[in-house]
Amino acid sequence: MTSTSVPFEYAPAPESRSIVSIAPSYGLFIDGEFVDGTGEPFTTVNPATEEVLTEVSSGSAADVDRAVRAARRAFEKTWGPMRPADRGKYLFRIARLLQERAREFAVLESLDNGKPIRESRDVDVPLAAAQFFYYAGWADKLDHVGLGTRPRPLGVAGQVIPWNFPLLMLAWKVAPALAAGNTVVLKPAETTPLTALLFAEVCRQADLPAGVVNIVTGAGDTGRAVVEHDDVDKVAFTGSTDVGRSIARAVAGTRKKLTLELGGKAANIVFDDAPIDQAVEGIVQGIFFNQGHVCCAGSRLLVQESIHDEVIASLQRRIGTLRVGDPLDKNTDIGAINSAEQLARIRELSDIGEAEGAQRWQPACELPDRGFWYPPTIFTDVSPAHRIARDEIFGPVLSVLTFRTPDEAVAKANNTTYGLSAGIWSEKGSRILQIANQLRAGVVWANTFNKFDPTSPFGGYKQSGYGREGGRHGLAAYLEGAEQ
Amino acid sequence: MPLAAQGRMAGMTHVLDPDALSDDARALSVPLPPYRDVTRSDSAFRAFLHGLPGVDQVGAEARVAQLGTRSIKTTSKAWAIDTAISMVDLTTLEGADTPGKVRSLAAKAMRPDPTDPTCPRVAAVCVYGDLAGVAREALGDSGVHVAAVATAFPSGRASRAVKIADVRDAVQNGADEIDMVIDRGAFLTGRYMDVYEEIVAVKEACGDAHLKVILETGELVTLDNVRRASWLAMLAGGDFVKTSTGKVSPAATLPVGLVMLEAVRDFRAATGRQVGFKPAGGIRTTKDAIKHLVLINETVGPDWLDPDRFRFGASSLLNDLLLQRQKLRTGHYSGPDYVTVD
Repeated sequence: MTSTSVPFEYAPAPESRSIVSIAPSYGLFIDGEFVDGTGEPFTTVNPATEEVLTEVSSGSAADVDRAVRAARRAFEKTWGPMRPADRGKYLFRIARLLQERAREFAVLESLDNGKPIRESRDVDVPLAAAQFFYYAGWADKLDHVGLGTRPRPLGVAGQVIPWNFPLLMLAWKVAPALAAGNTVVLKPAETTPLTALLFAEVCRQADLPAGVVNIVTGAGDTGRAVVEHDDVDKVAFTGSTDVGRSIARAVAGTRKKLTLELGGKAANIVFDDAPIDQAVEGIVQGIFFNQGHVCCAGSRLLVQESIHDEVIASLQRRIGTLRVGDPLDKNTDIGAINSAEQLARIRELSDIGEAEGAQRWQPACELPDRGFWYPPTIFTDVSPAHRIARDEIFGPVLSVLTFRTPDEAVAKANNTTYGLSAGIWSEKGSRILQIANQLRAGVVWANTFNKFDPTSPFGGYKQSGYGREGGRHGLAAYLEGAEQ
Repeated sequence: MPLAAQGRMAGMTHVLDPDALSDDARALSVPLPPYRDVTRSDSAFRAFLHGLPGVDQVGAEARVAQLGTRSIKTTSKAWAIDTAISMVDLTTLEGADTPGKVRSLAAKAMRPDPTDPTCPRVAAVCVYGDLAGVAREALGDSGVHVAAVATAFPSGRASRAVKIADVRDAVQNGADEIDMVIDRGAFLTGRYMDVYEEIVAVKEACGDAHLKVILETGELVTLDNVRRASWLAMLAGGDFVKTSTGKVSPAATLPVGLVMLEAVRDFRAATGRQVGFKPAGGIRTTKDAIKHLVLINETVGPDWLDPDRFRFGASSLLNDLLLQRQKLRTGHYSGPDYVTVD
């Protein structure tokens, strides 16, 4: 018998862009209307091609002030006094509209962010809709959240979100805030404002009362104006630890409540009794999902030394099958890096990794000429002292470390300034429970990784931030009388 | 081989067919290196099979679901359809099978689409052993193989001697591929050496005919069992591992396929021997077939995208492949009257 080994080439299968119409320019969404911002407008590009998608208004401090005043009015006049069951109806309506317009949101997200359409279509958008469905159900049941009877909303929430999951992070912030009876001023990330602006359109389509949701696009200064505004009662931020720290400083000494969801350097621990093939899948899902632009990414692989070579060989074979390229192609696994700035950081840290003595491995893969791209990368021979084992790279770069005993695995996993997530791979249930109890991480996945659900609280230890989003716990961040 | 097992087998074969098991079979029973010693005793074999890495069912299902979203269009779809047709084991396994039915199937196997001579022929016709001769004669030198199910298919509930006789009969009738069933009862009670020795004996009885070992995964149920049974069959010398008889549901599911493909991949990496894979039962549409081709492509790679290494056990699949093929050629869907009834 002979093998001819004909390669099975997948023809291009691009999702059509025509479902999305992008306007030449966008204003701010304040008090139910699109208005021009008074700051200097900026452009947003498709990171896969560097093509300019559109021009977006930048919110100045005065614009932010208008937005906060609109939110305050809505809180006092419409949304706050509204029957909770009616607030729930609006949220259900928004959830359904997100589902109806799912393809539009998915295509726009992939265009603006660079993530593969498979992920925006199968993960980001469905989870965003699910988040609204979930919190819609809570809107008229707040007495039963477990925070005592009649917990009260805080008022106006100022929310600043990152570029890695633009629509999903919006949903994580907006849905619980609204369900609890607050109104919001949200600042999307500078490089990915478009799905938030499409969401503004959905708010209008849902007849959401004016001022309940305000979206102010812009860069760091706009975000600072939101966070530091005197009439904001609550600040919620997801993003880098550095910015989080400055927000904590700005908010210190004020009445504002604060939740921070910051960086991570999660350990993905693979024991020698793990289901190896699924563990390899989980390692891939852990670090290459969304190009590694995931705060809870499994960026440190801790593998038991006795199976190190076997796991690395399997991992390399599997990485060789990842399809890097056009984010709109339905068969793409890894899309574009979100920005030139982020690409530079990934390159810099990878070069430091190599200079410090770790072994870099990348599959043979052709990258497009234009746009921002980085191939999936693994570093072996990484020591806990290396910077690639300590600093968050926020890209498709995995650092591989080894351990000999469960105690050593726990010690190394916890030896980080972060504590957002962790993974454990073992077929032994008792071991999973024992190790999970010792890990200082907000989320511990067992025999899976990067799985999200609106019912599950999410948040970190240490420099990964504080407060929880999602589930019943996520409501506590938006309610008074919530702290017993 | 343990003495007790030899005694059992000698006792069985003596009754119906004194030469059913020869000394050669015992020589064959030593697996390839580096696994020569894993069958030295019942306990060693058990320890080996239970020492294989476990399979996480949730993870396996998630992986095949992700691969199921691959979008295979235009030129790659045309390639996939022709490749799938060339890998079909066109099957009829009914009590009502007759020489006429088998001849009609053979004609279809050689020329699946009478309106289009560029349509590839299928890989084999699969029948019960007593009709293998009819199929052989009808297929002539067309290159289409004759596969026969044997070993008290589908249940496998007969004495080993009867099973061996069944195999010999099918081979004598002209089958050049034998699809055997494993003894699931023995497997589920942990008598792995019995299952192993039976496959070795059947392989010997096959002579030059290729042996496909049907695990009947719908009765093994867990993916851990599927992985162990796959390794058992490969160590015993099976040329193919096959999911199902088609008589038990569920049959060829994608998670089972994933685990079996991982097994043949790992077995080749360890021993250098490439074992084929045949999902059978429940694959009825072009979409299902393409999902399997994608699964192969991304689990074991193109080395298995070859009729010598991969087959679809199916009956109604072929007509759907032909309809989709016509659709790609003409741009519109036709209907069941535009393909032949079997």
